[in-house]
Amino acid sequence: MGLNDGEYASILQTLGREPTQTELGMFAVMWSEHCGYKYSRPILSRFRQYREAQAAGALENAGHIALDKDLGIVFKVESHNHPSAVEPFQGAATGVGGILRDIFTMGARPVAILNSLWFGDLDDARSRYLFENVVAGIGHYGNCVGVPTVAGETHFHPCYRSNPLVNAMAVGVVPLRNLAKAAATGTGNPVIYVGSATGRDGIHGATFASTELNEGSESRRPNVQMGDPFLEKLLIEATLEALATGAITGIQDMGAAGLTCSTSEMAARADVGIEIDVRLVPLRDPSMSTYEIMLSESQERMLCVAQRGREREVLSVFERWGLHAAVIGHVTTDGVVRILDAGAIAAEVPAKALTDNCPVYHLEVRERPPIESAPRPVPEPLCAAGENDASGALTCGSALLQLLGSANGASKEWVHTQYDRSVQTQTVELPGSDAAVLALRGSEKGIALSIDGNSRWCRTDPFIGAQLVVAEAARNVACAGARPAGLTNCLNFASPEEPARFWEFRSAVDGIATAAEAFGIPVVSGNVSFYNETAGEPIWPTPVIGMVGILANPDRAVGAAFQRGDNGGQLALVSAFPAGAGPVSCGEYRSVICGDEGGPLPLIDLEAERRLFELLVAGHAEALFASCHDCSSGGLAVALAECCMLGRVGAAVVLRPEPAQTSVAARLFGENSGRVIVSLKNEAGLARLQQLGEAHSIVVEWIGTVGGEVLRVAIGAQTAFDCAVSQMQAVWRRAIPAMMIRAQAPTSASECVGAR
Amino acid sequence: MTLAATRDVHVGVGRRPRFAVIRFPGSNCDQDAVYAVKRTTQCEATYVWHATADLDGFDVVILPGGFSYGDYLRPGSIARFANVMDAVRQHAERGRYVLGICNGFQVLCEAGLLPGALVANIGCKFLCRPVTLRVENANTPFTHTYREGQTLSIPIAHGEGRYYCDAATLERLQRHHQIIFRYAAETDEYAPANPNGSLDCIAGIVNEGGNVLGMMPHPERATDIFLGSADGRLIFQALASAFCGAPTEPGH
Repeated sequence: MGLNDGEYASILQTLGREPTQTELGMFAVMWSEHCGYKYSRPILSRFRQYREAQAAGALENAGHIALDKDLGIVFKVESHNHPSAVEPFQGAATGVGGILRDIFTMGARPVAILNSLWFGDLDDARSRYLFENVVAGIGHYGNCVGVPTVAGETHFHPCYRSNPLVNAMAVGVVPLRNLAKAAATGTGNPVIYVGSATGRDGIHGATFASTELNEGSESRRPNVQMGDPFLEKLLIEATLEALATGAITGIQDMGAAGLTCSTSEMAARADVGIEIDVRLVPLRDPSMSTYEIMLSESQERMLCVAQRGREREVLSVFERWGLHAAVIGHVTTDGVVRILDAGAIAAEVPAKALTDNCPVYHLEVRERPPIESAPRPVPEPLCAAGENDASGALTCGSALLQLLGSANGASKEWVHTQYDRSVQTQTVELPGSDAAVLALRGSEKGIALSIDGNSRWCRTDPFIGAQLVVAEAARNVACAGARPAGLTNCLNFASPEEPARFWEFRSAVDGIATAAEAFGIPVVSGNVSFYNETAGEPIWPTPVIGMVGILANPDRAVGAAFQRGDNGGQLALVSAFPAGAGPVSCGEYRSVICGDEGGPLPLIDLEAERRLFELLVAGHAEALFASCHDCSSGGLAVALAECCMLGRVGAAVVLRPEPAQTSVAARLFGENSGRVIVSLKNEAGLARLQQLGEAHSIVVEWIGTVGGEVLRVAIGAQTAFDCAVSQMQAVWRRAIPAMMIRAQAPTSASECVGAR
Repeated sequence: MTLAATRDVHVGVGRRPRFAVIRFPGSNCDQDAVYAVKRTTQCEATYVWHATADLDGFDVVILPGGFSYGDYLRPGSIARFANVMDAVRQHAERGRYVLGICNGFQVLCEAGLLPGALVANIGCKFLCRPVTLRVENANTPFTHTYREGQTLSIPIAHGEGRYYCDAATLERLQRHHQIIFRYAAETDEYAPANPNGSLDCIAGIVNEGGNVLGMMPHPERATDIFLGSADGRLIFQALASAFCGAPTEPGH
C-alpha cells in the first residue's frame, strides 16, 4: 500500500487500535506523496503565497488573481504522468478532466486549456504510440467539453521514453463575489454526492502515482481512470447553475483518492466531521465493498455541502442535467470522518489525521556542481550564401534547416490542429504567437497565457535553469502585450528519496521562487509529480511554468508573424542585457548538431528582464508593433525563421559584427535570455521604441527589414546564410507528419470518436 | 487565404425575426451562436431546451455545434429522438428556416431533414483550422448576401465531417443547386483543399425546399477580425434581412 512501519505505528497511535482495511486504505492514499505532499511540503513553503495560505488554512483547489474589480482568473496546472505512461489515451483525457474540475469547483467557467507534453524520441515506436494517443486523448476530452485548447508545447528526449510527462493547465473566469469554497461548513448540513456513478476504476491511483514505474506497471492499467467528457460537460453546466442558487456552502471535486480525499479535506478545512453511508452512493456495481467505494477514482464526480432545507434545490439542478445526485450523509461536530456501510461503522478517522497530520519528511539532499559540457568542441558553421557548401561541410543555412527539421524545432501543427482552439469565440487568432490571447466576454480586458519548460537547462543547473524558464514564460505573455500577473507550476521530478534528485527539486523550487519574487508575480497554485523514473533511469528535472498575463486591448494583440505589405517593415532586436561572449550556450544547436546536451547556461538578469516586460507592455499599449516574437530554442536564427514562415514573407537582417570573440554559432543559435524580435508599424515607431529603450535601460537595435521571399542574415558585411521561406516551410512543417507516418494505425475505435 | 473584407449588410426596418438556438445537453457552441446572432443582427436569440416540444413564435431555428449526447455512437444519432426534433421537423415542413452548424448538420442528416451522412474524416483525426469556402449558390435565404463564387475564410472543428451520399443523391444535389458551400483550393500546400475528404468537396447543403441548411464550418466563429475572420457574419444577416426586405450595403 505504500505505508512504512513508522507510518503504521503512527496510525495505531492515532486510532488507539488496529485500523480496519478501509481505514488502512484511506491512510495509504491520503499519506501518499500525491495527496499528502509529505516530502515536498517543507520545500513548497518557499513560495510565499503557499506559506501564507497554509498558515491561514486556506489552500483551495486552485489559486486565482483579479482580472478587474469584478472578475477573477482561476488557474492551475497538474500532471497525469503515470497513468499516461501505461494508458496514454485515457491517462491524458482524465488529466484534462481532473484539472477542469479543479477550476469549476471554484465557481469559475473554464475558458482555456493548455498542455506541456514530454516524450521519448520519435524514432522509438513506443514513444510514437504514447505521443499519438496522448494527443488524441487530450483532444477527445477538451473538444467534447467545449473548452478550447489554446496553447502548449511538446518536447522530445530519450529520458522521457518510459516516463512521458503530460501536464495540463486549465484557466477559468469567475465573478469574485461568487468564488466557491471547499470547506464543509454548517453542522447538520447535508452532504451531497453528484455526477457519475462510482465504479471500480482508478482504485489506488494516488499510490500508483507515488512510486516508480517498472515492468509490472503495465498490469496497473486498472489503476487508470476512464473519462467521459460528455458527463463532464453536464457537470460543468450543472455545477455552475447549482452554485448560482446560493444553496451550496462548500464544494470539492473528487480527484485523487475520490471520496476519501473529498470528505476528509472538506471536513478538515472547516474543523468539522462528516458522516456518510456508502450504500447511499450511486454505484455502477452494487457488490462493491466499502474499501472499493472509498478508494475509487471514478471520474466526473463532485461532493458538496448544501444548506439544510435547500437540498432539493441543489438535487433538482443536477437531475435536470441527467446526473446522479444523492444525499449521502451530513456534517457533524466531532471532527471525525465516519464511514457507514448500511448503518454499520466501517471507518472512523479524525479528518485532520488524514490531512494536516500527514507525516512530513525532511529528506536529505546531495548537491552537485552545474554539469559541464562534454569536452568535445562544438563545430563552427561556415558562412555561405545558399543552403549548402558543395563539400558537404556544415554551413549556417544547413544548420538552420537541421534545427527546423528536428522534432523539437519543427512546427507542432500536427498536434494543435487536433484540438478545438476556437470554441467559445474568445480566442484571438494570432498565428504562432508566443502566448495565446483571449478576449473575454464580459470584460474590457483580456488574458494572455503561456506554458513553458526547459529541462536541458534545469539538468545543467536547476536553480538557474528554473529562473530562466520563469523568465521565458513571463516574456511570452509580455510579447503579447500582457503584464505577467500570476503563475502556476508543475514540478516533474524523479524519486525524492534519492538525495541528488531531491536536491534538483529543492534547487528548482528555489529558482522559481527567486524569479517570481523578483518579477513580483504571485505563485497561485501548483502540483508536484515525483517518481518519474523507470529502472533507475530518471527523467531530467522538469519544472513547467504556466503564466497568466492581463492585457488592456486583446482585440488589438499582434502575433509572431511578420506582416507582408508596406506596414511592418522595420525590424528591431530588443535585448534586456548584452549577450556574453564565448561559445554557443546550452541548447538546441549543441543538441541537434553534435549530440551535446551540456554547455554554459545563458546569462540571467531578473531585474533587466522585468524592465524588458515593462517596455514590451508599453510598446503594445502605444500600438508600435506589427509583430513581436521571443528568441528561445534555437536562438535568433530560428526565431527569425519562425517570424518569416508564419508571415510567408522574407527578411533582410544585418547583425553587428561584435563582440569579436563570439562564435558565429553563438551569434545565430545561442539561446541568450531576454531578447525579442519586433517589427514596427512605421518608421516613427522605431524612434519611439528607442526612446522607450532608453527610459527602461533596454538595448534596442535596428537589424533590418521585412520583405521578399528569402530570409537573409549577414554578420557585418558577410552573409551568414540565405534561405528561401518556402524551403524552410517545407522542412519545418513536414517534419512531424513524416516522423508519424511510420506510427501504427489507431488501436481502438475510441480514437476515431469525436465530432461536432 | 481570402482577405477580401466582408462588408456588413443592413438588416432592414421590417419585422425582426426571432431566433431559437437549441440546447442539447452536450451542445457547446450554443452560447457562441446566440452571441453571434445578437452581435451581427441585433435580433433576439433564445435558448430552447432539448426537451421542449414547441417552437411556435420562432422564425429561425439554429442547431449549434457540440456533442449533442456525447455522440459516442454516431454524431446526432440520439439527438434525432429528442422531443425538440419533432418541432424542428414541423418548423421545416412549414418552410421556415433551419440552420444546422457542425453537430447541427450531423443531427439534420440523422433526422432525415437533409440527405446523406457525415462520417469520420480521412485520417481519422479531429481537425480544427480555418478553411477556404466557395459560395456555390448565392440565391438562398442563407447566402443572398454573398456573391456566387465568393471565397470565405471560416474555421472547421470536427472529427466526423466527411460528407457522403450515394451517386443518385449527389446527382440530385448538383442538379438542384443544393450544394451551397464547397471547400475551395487552399493557397497552403501543406493543408489539402478538401480537409476531411468530403464527397465533391461538399461543406454545406440545403434541402430541396431551400429552407434547411447544414454546414460543417462554423460561421459563428468568424464574426470578428480578431477571431481571424468576419466572413461568417453575412449568413446571420442574410437570415435576418430575409424578414425585413432586401439587404442593403451600409451607407456611410
